[in-house]
Amino acid sequence: MKLFVSEGNPHCLKVLAVLKLTGVKCDVQHVNHEEKVVPHLSRPTLPALLLPSGMHLFSANSICRYLGEVSGQPSSDLNNQWLEWEASELQPAVAQALHLAVLQGKGSEASSALQGQLSYLEQSLCKKTTPFLTAEIVSVADVVLWAALYPILSDHGLVLGDQGKVQNWFERVGMLAACESAAQEVLQGKGLKSEALKAYMQKQPAPPHSQAQKRDNQPCNSPEQVADGDRVMSEEEILSATVTWAKGLADRPMISDRQHPILPKEGKRNILVTSALPYVNNVPHLGNIIGCVLSADVYARYGRLRGWNVLYVCGTDEYGTATENKAREEGLTPQQICDKYHTVHASIYQWFQVDFDYFGRTTTEKQTQIAQNIFWRLHERGFLLEDTVEQLRCEMCQRFLADRFVEGTCPFCAYPEARGDQCDKCGKLINAVELQEPKCKVCNQTPVVRSSKHLFLDLPKLEAPLEQWLEKSMGSGDWTANAKQITRSWLRDGLKPRCITRDLKWGTPVPHPDFSDKVFYVWFDAPIGYLSITANYTDQWEKWWKNPEQVELYNFMAKDNVPFHSVVFPCSLLGAQDNYSLVNHLVATEYLNYEDTKFSKSRGVGVFGDMAKDTGIPSDVWRFYLLYLRPEGQDSAFSWADMAIKNNSELLNNLGNFINRAGMFVSKFFENCVPAMDLQPEDKRLLALVGWELKQYISLMDKVKIRDSLKCILNISRLGNQYIQVNEPWKKIKGGDTDRQRAGTVTGVSVNIACLLSVMLLPYMPTVCQTIREQLNAPPTVTATMLQGTGNFVCCLPAGHHIGVVSPLFQKLEADQIEDLKKRFGGQQTEEEETIWNKPKASTQADVVTQPATTSAGQTVKNGADPERAKELTLAVAGQGEKVRALKGQKAEKAVIAVEVDKLLDLKKQLALAEGKNQEPDQTKGTKNTQHAPSPATTAQAVINKADPERAKELTLAVAEQGEKVRMLKGQKAEKAAITTEVDKLLDLKKQLALAEGKNPEPTLTKGKKK
Amino acid sequence: MALKELSSLEKALGLKKPNKYSTQGDKKVPVLQRSNGPALSGLVTIATYLVREANRAELLGESAEHRAIVQQWLEYRVTKVDGCQKEDIKTILKDLNTYLEDKVYLAGNQFTLADTLMYYGIHHIIVDLAVQEKEKYVNVTRWFDHVQHYPGIRNHLPPVVVLKNRVYTGSHH
Repeated sequence: MKLFVSEGNPHCLKVLAVLKLTGVKCDVQHVNHEEKVVPHLSRPTLPALLLPSGMHLFSANSICRYLGEVSGQPSSDLNNQWLEWEASELQPAVAQALHLAVLQGKGSEASSALQGQLSYLEQSLCKKTTPFLTAEIVSVADVVLWAALYPILSDHGLVLGDQGKVQNWFERVGMLAACESAAQEVLQGKGLKSEALKAYMQKQPAPPHSQAQKRDNQPCNSPEQVADGDRVMSEEEILSATVTWAKGLADRPMISDRQHPILPKEGKRNILVTSALPYVNNVPHLGNIIGCVLSADVYARYGRLRGWNVLYVCGTDEYGTATENKAREEGLTPQQICDKYHTVHASIYQWFQVDFDYFGRTTTEKQTQIAQNIFWRLHERGFLLEDTVEQLRCEMCQRFLADRFVEGTCPFCAYPEARGDQCDKCGKLINAVELQEPKCKVCNQTPVVRSSKHLFLDLPKLEAPLEQWLEKSMGSGDWTANAKQITRSWLRDGLKPRCITRDLKWGTPVPHPDFSDKVFYVWFDAPIGYLSITANYTDQWEKWWKNPEQVELYNFMAKDNVPFHSVVFPCSLLGAQDNYSLVNHLVATEYLNYEDTKFSKSRGVGVFGDMAKDTGIPSDVWRFYLLYLRPEGQDSAFSWADMAIKNNSELLNNLGNFINRAGMFVSKFFENCVPAMDLQPEDKRLLALVGWELKQYISLMDKVKIRDSLKCILNISRLGNQYIQVNEPWKKIKGGDTDRQRAGTVTGVSVNIACLLSVMLLPYMPTVCQTIREQLNAPPTVTATMLQGTGNFVCCLPAGHHIGVVSPLFQKLEADQIEDLKKRFGGQQTEEEETIWNKPKASTQADVVTQPATTSAGQTVKNGADPERAKELTLAVAGQGEKVRALKGQKAEKAVIAVEVDKLLDLKKQLALAEGKNQEPDQTKGTKNTQHAPSPATTAQAVINKADPERAKELTLAVAEQGEKVRMLKGQKAEKAAITTEVDKLLDLKKQLALAEGKNPEPTLTKGKKK
Repeated sequence: MALKELSSLEKALGLKKPNKYSTQGDKKVPVLQRSNGPALSGLVTIATYLVREANRAELLGESAEHRAIVQQWLEYRVTKVDGCQKEDIKTILKDLNTYLEDKVYLAGNQFTLADTLMYYGIHHIIVDLAVQEKEKYVNVTRWFDHVQHYPGIRNHLPPVVVLKNRVYTGSHH
């Protein structure tokens, strides 16, 4: 017999409690809410009991009755009657009440939805002389009814009518050990506040005939669709908002300063937040920043505000081939490269105000210790396989070549530029050793085949425990849809052993004597960085990482990192069998594009972390816009024009304007002193609306819907602006006593809303939040009070409170300023861009080391004809042409098209120059252009001579990266069109590479052109 | 409605002395006043009681497991079939059709109280089905036809015509 249950499902509470009560022997399996256990039902239905006969029971009450009967308690008529009443009368009301309370935050309506049923129960209990529903002892019916009511009655925040008997009976049943432990298991003993319950409710179809539906049938996660003023608040909601408001600031403990080291605490929500470790050899771009560190920062900050015990760790991922290459390129040791870029990363995140509790790195002694320990444990438990791999080795470079560093003739189609793992022409997968005439891409020498022993992690052997764990984690945690989907597709394709060792130097050494010249492959090593970084933070790191009972682990990342966090790394930890904390909530973003193209370091497209501060735009505004754009659910695109619009409309005109006006009225009309407030129905309604948004904000944030909850903040300030606009306190202040009093009320309410906004803004814009608090002289306890539970909008700046000096919070972004920035970061390879592309700004000593090639490249640009640049421009022209056509196709405004056409013409001109042609002969004659204009002969020369090893290396990497992408797309069976686009880009990069290497990629074509 | 059902059931069970019923609440839940004990309320509860009174306990299932399945379908009848919305009907028919694919009756190969009450409850849905739909839900139709011809069951309900030659000679065999 097997019982299938899911966490958070109150029906499962029934069966688990009865199971424990009766002691019937039965396997229990935890599954996902969406799991289809009963084959003949089209909707997933849980709990379900698989009977010895192979049939299923899918009704909780029938399962309970059955368990009762097999344990020797056949169901009496009375028991039957209660079970029937529960199923047909109580359940519909409970479903509606839960829907209101859990998903819509309308506790007051929830209790009224249950009133009828509760008073029926009360009456019935009054007529009885027995302590339980059917007898002196507890029956199946008692447990079933208790479980149905548990989420609601265990919540003391709900005001229920006068039902003393129900209350007593409920407590009596709840004291049974069986019930207590089942409640813990299914709802963490938390009732309405249980995250699992909320997750379950969100999967349920909305109950029919719900009043709530008539009012707002929008899904609760899209506040955007809610027209602000249109939400109708019920009398009860308004009343309860007014009651909350009047409570004022409670004597809540202030959120204490962080005391390092932060360790898990008994009875607290202990939250461990990690952000994917950024790879050290590059400067992160905005997409990297929003994808992990910034998103994780917002959540960590929010968690601290909620009073949870949060630890946020991150660091740079430093080992691997790429670092070795970068070191070779820059003439430094790998360690020097890591030191240099670690500092670059750290200072970028600091500028973005990412508040890590600890920002470490992977190249530490702890990393070696922990990685080797995990390795040995896996080894001892037989989860490692040994196998011989044939690899190409370049004797010249003295190393084994990674697939991406070999090129040769395709054994299938004879394409001469096939890569070590795949031929880009015929698309077939190639084993690097099968390549004909293989060449090392770094030195162009022919490598030799060497066999080398490697170790593999036996993923197939770990598949069963992995799946079991995944079901549980995904069922109870907040995994984003893409994370679930990517993970499932990996499992569906079946797991294969994965090589964990590499023939490299720069890595964590493999401790096994047979593999002493090898290091761990980065994918095995890097995630262990989370552990070792924590270990460098505190010696008591195991309290976080070997404590799944107390710790909730959140992993933030972009979606390309999902399989390593959901499949591969958990397998390492599960196999090590050392009670590791595994991820509970896997939060993955989609990709952020740059002005509808991709961020590209090699092409200089996009804004990189270190340049953001050079824009002069405050860090808080960057944070706001990136979070506003956060690619939740789908890709999004950074756009300068849009950034200006959002800054000017949302920050300046909406949020900043409201907060500033509220403060100004207090200081100008009431001498810095919050006036007395006499709340009218209209004000109370506003309190209810604002309170509703606050609750929404909290429930979205709890689920890491960071972008959606930001909208709640903006909705509140919109409400505030409307409120001020309608009430015109600046006019009323000049009127009679009544008018003056009204002006006071409106000002007082507004400034309190501004104070609430400062609390809600903190995770997003910490500096602005601090400024508002200083301006309003806000008491430090506001956070704890307002963000308690499901949120309480209280009057925190009472009449008589003195505020500070008010000043504007945001500045307008002007059109020309934006246009400048757009040009600077547009990737159109202006001279300035060229510099950025070649070398980051010379801020550290290492930067001073310049390569001769840089100078020569720069020289060529100035001289005019530059085939390199011509290539780039050809691309840019093509891209811009595409844009213009698209705009015309969309029938965009004429002015907009004109701007783009101008750009196109400009690009074409530049292209002509770069090709050494003279676009406008008569005009340029006699200008310096003519002086430098090289003859066709020199141009040809330039093509041949302009081998640029520096750039060749960059391009080699870019080609490798792009190749990786194409393979990934193919692997994911992406759409053809998408693949074609990427393949085109790849071919193009290769052409550029050939040029940079001084080769001529298409001899015939160029010949014809040039001669 | 429920009262008519209960009196039909009494007849089918061969109970001589009709009981007295009343109803309570908006939903008109049936209540049985008993001489030998407190009143019982709820269709399933009363029906179960009547079956035992008539010494036909086999209609409630012959093992604990069997009884659980019977009770489950009785509950399904009052929670899912009663008061179902138009959009739910398809799901109910589809699920039942899948379920009945390899079964003669709801609880397997034996006729039980679940068949009787499900038959009463689903009658109004089956009456409205077009011929094509009846073919689509062929297992439900087959079961339904079985039950309506089961001795003594139909009572207050009109027979539903099932075109056997069309249903049974379809592509399903």
